[in-house]
Amino acid sequence: MKKHQIEVLVVGAGGAGLMAALYASKTANTAVISKLYPTRSHTGAAQGGVGAALGNIEEDHPDWHTFDTVKGSDYLGDQDAIEFMCQEAVPAVYELEHYGLPFSRTPDGKIDQRPFGGHTNNVTGKPVRRACFAADRTGHMILQTLYQQCIKNKVQFFDEFQMIDLLVVNNVVAGVVAIELATSETHIFHAKAVIFATGGHGRIWEITSNAYAYTGDGPAVVLRRGLPLEDMEFFQFHPTGIYKLGILITEGVRGEGGILINDKGERFMEKYAPRVKDLASRDVVSRAMLTEMKEGRGIKGNRYLYLDVRPDVVNKYAALDGRKHPDGRPYSVTAEEILSKLPDIVDFCRVYLGVDPVTDPMPVQPTAHYTMGGVPTNKFGQVVIDASNTVMPGFYAAGEVACVSVHGANRLGTNSLLDLIVFGKHAGLNAAAYAKGADFQTLPGDAADFGLSQLNALRTGSGGEKVADISKEMKAVMFDGVGIFRTNDGMADALAKVRTLRQRFKNVRIADTGKVFNTELLNAWELGNLLDLAEVVALSALTRTESRGGHAREDYPKRDDANWMKHTLAWRQGDGGVQLGYKPVVVTRFQPKERTY
Amino acid sequence: MDDKVKVTLKIFRYNPDADKKSHYDTYELTVERTERVLDMLEHIKGYYDGTLSFRRSCAHGVCGSDAMRINGRNYLACKALVKDFGSKITVEPIMGLPVIKDLIVDMEPFFEHYRSVLPYFINNDPEPLQERLQTQHQRERFDDTTKCILCACCTTSCPSFWANDKYVGPAAIVAAHRFVFDSRDQAAAERLKILNNQFGVYRCHTIFNCTIACPREIQITEAIGDIKKAIATGKIE
Repeated sequence: MKKHQIEVLVVGAGGAGLMAALYASKTANTAVISKLYPTRSHTGAAQGGVGAALGNIEEDHPDWHTFDTVKGSDYLGDQDAIEFMCQEAVPAVYELEHYGLPFSRTPDGKIDQRPFGGHTNNVTGKPVRRACFAADRTGHMILQTLYQQCIKNKVQFFDEFQMIDLLVVNNVVAGVVAIELATSETHIFHAKAVIFATGGHGRIWEITSNAYAYTGDGPAVVLRRGLPLEDMEFFQFHPTGIYKLGILITEGVRGEGGILINDKGERFMEKYAPRVKDLASRDVVSRAMLTEMKEGRGIKGNRYLYLDVRPDVVNKYAALDGRKHPDGRPYSVTAEEILSKLPDIVDFCRVYLGVDPVTDPMPVQPTAHYTMGGVPTNKFGQVVIDASNTVMPGFYAAGEVACVSVHGANRLGTNSLLDLIVFGKHAGLNAAAYAKGADFQTLPGDAADFGLSQLNALRTGSGGEKVADISKEMKAVMFDGVGIFRTNDGMADALAKVRTLRQRFKNVRIADTGKVFNTELLNAWELGNLLDLAEVVALSALTRTESRGGHAREDYPKRDDANWMKHTLAWRQGDGGVQLGYKPVVVTRFQPKERTY
Repeated sequence: MDDKVKVTLKIFRYNPDADKKSHYDTYELTVERTERVLDMLEHIKGYYDGTLSFRRSCAHGVCGSDAMRINGRNYLACKALVKDFGSKITVEPIMGLPVIKDLIVDMEPFFEHYRSVLPYFINNDPEPLQERLQTQHQRERFDDTTKCILCACCTTSCPSFWANDKYVGPAAIVAAHRFVFDSRDQAAAERLKILNNQFGVYRCHTIFNCTIACPREIQITEAIGDIKKAIATGKIE
């Protein structure tokens, strides 16, 4: 067993973790542990853009961005945090540019911007160009740029280290326990402050855009340590995943003029969102797609629709919409422009579908995409642990793992990358400032035992169950029962099945007894995390008897502000289930209104 | 598009905890033609042999975890579809880096070369209030090399790197190129100096393996040529 003393320890090396590390390392002794090499992190898969009201192409204001985000959240987002994020967006994006991020450029050399779902001119209600982008590789560029800057600033990395436990002493965070994948050696990172930037848990669902690594390790560990998770019923299904594979096709495709088409050749989004049509918020579009398919208008009766970005189609509908360039010229695109603005999308389609988006429409279906809920924090990145927002000393979280909540019941496209850079930065700054005034807690001799006991259980199970089987069943159950449309019966059934799967999981025994890269052991532990979180997701969803944002119930189709303008908190009760509580939403300037697009 | 085929999958195996020597395991699978090689490896790990070890994460060609040698050439296993390989598929670790276990190699020497070329933006002028301006033409100049995902397909397909692992390798040169030709960066001369030695760009003998192997279709040999030319002429164009 190895021990390290570090002032600020960051867990996770995606956009939020690297941003936190960059800032914390300016003043504090900082290290990053990550189960992947940093550049493998899922931030790199983000495509379309990072939202900031730069106004480089047309009029825009951080205030409009704030309102759009509040509305997009279906009024469940905390408005103080949303306003903070949208104001900070503008300097944060300039800062990325100063770090060298290769944004695409406007003809006058500024950062280029494109329209995205739910981002509007608040006067006209029309889409506004707010997403700052680097082709369809914006997340890749953010991840690479931040990693490069971390190298430049000599941030200390422990690559391929799996965090398995959070250490808490006297109700203060004291470090983490991690396993070095190459050797299976246990490491105790004794820290004054810990920042969780571990990402989401989209691998709970069958069709997902999320990486294998997206197993909710951070929230699962938090839950086991008796701390609550927030708003776990809210999960985003992105409208356009590649059929069957779930691989993301950026909303930027629709930003560039692409449209969704059903089997009758209709542009069906006109019916569901008359003003912004294909650029409605993601929850709205995903539901519309499911409705089209349920009513028999999937392509050839299948569970997919077409996303069409062929230039003649784009130009036809742009003319019908009266879409114009900022200088007043009618909007039109060529095949070359599509290729230059969406090169990776074109590549994915050619590789995985044998389809060329410039000449053929793409078969798409909604795909599990983004965790709105997570570890509750305030806008300073501090983890809060109850309904009165009591701060847990020394504990911070940022990025998809955190629930600030800036995304509420539904995240707007481009706000995830924004969340990473703004709250990653502030978590890093605040953790470093805290560490300067804090002492190391004294660790007990058995600090590693709780985490290690979880791994040992996987080595000694009866062997009657396979990880692959349980994983497959969980994904199918959650996709069917706690997916885009939800009912009491469907969710209750899913919850019961997930509870059975959690019991069956106790019989798992891994075959690999070795110490070198025992990925089987770690994958099994990850499945345990997903199962724990799936139970919380299903119970939180079953209990919320309304429809709001990504949580759409057929038996309660309306939003219920009188009873449900509140955040869910969920605690694990020993091994005997989950207890729910609630806390109020922060409302500052915008009272809830009906949400239409 | 979903017709199934029988595949004989031969996988390189080495477990340092148990094996003195490496060997190959062979599996017969019936899979959809559009299945990824990565899907087959996952299936084998899940149902036949949990000890099979390999890296993977995004599973769609953007994270760079699962570079492997498939039928003798480097690919990302998640971008390699069964239909493109026929009924006999052999999967081995990428070459030129020490094998740790099965398909997992030690990436540290690769990242050490990467770090050696100052792979980060350097501009010591005071930062403007807004963005530094850059024309679309200037941005286009280095677009190709911004795509690199550090998967190591290129470096581990290069015979010069196999011959001498002190060679900085194509991936590190691509990283340097991305900054040398960025109009906003100020450290081109330093990077060119780093690459102007016996283990730098001159180890490249334009064999083009790297370009063929790159899953991001970066024109690597051309980028190396750009750097050679910049060193020779002292001009960055």
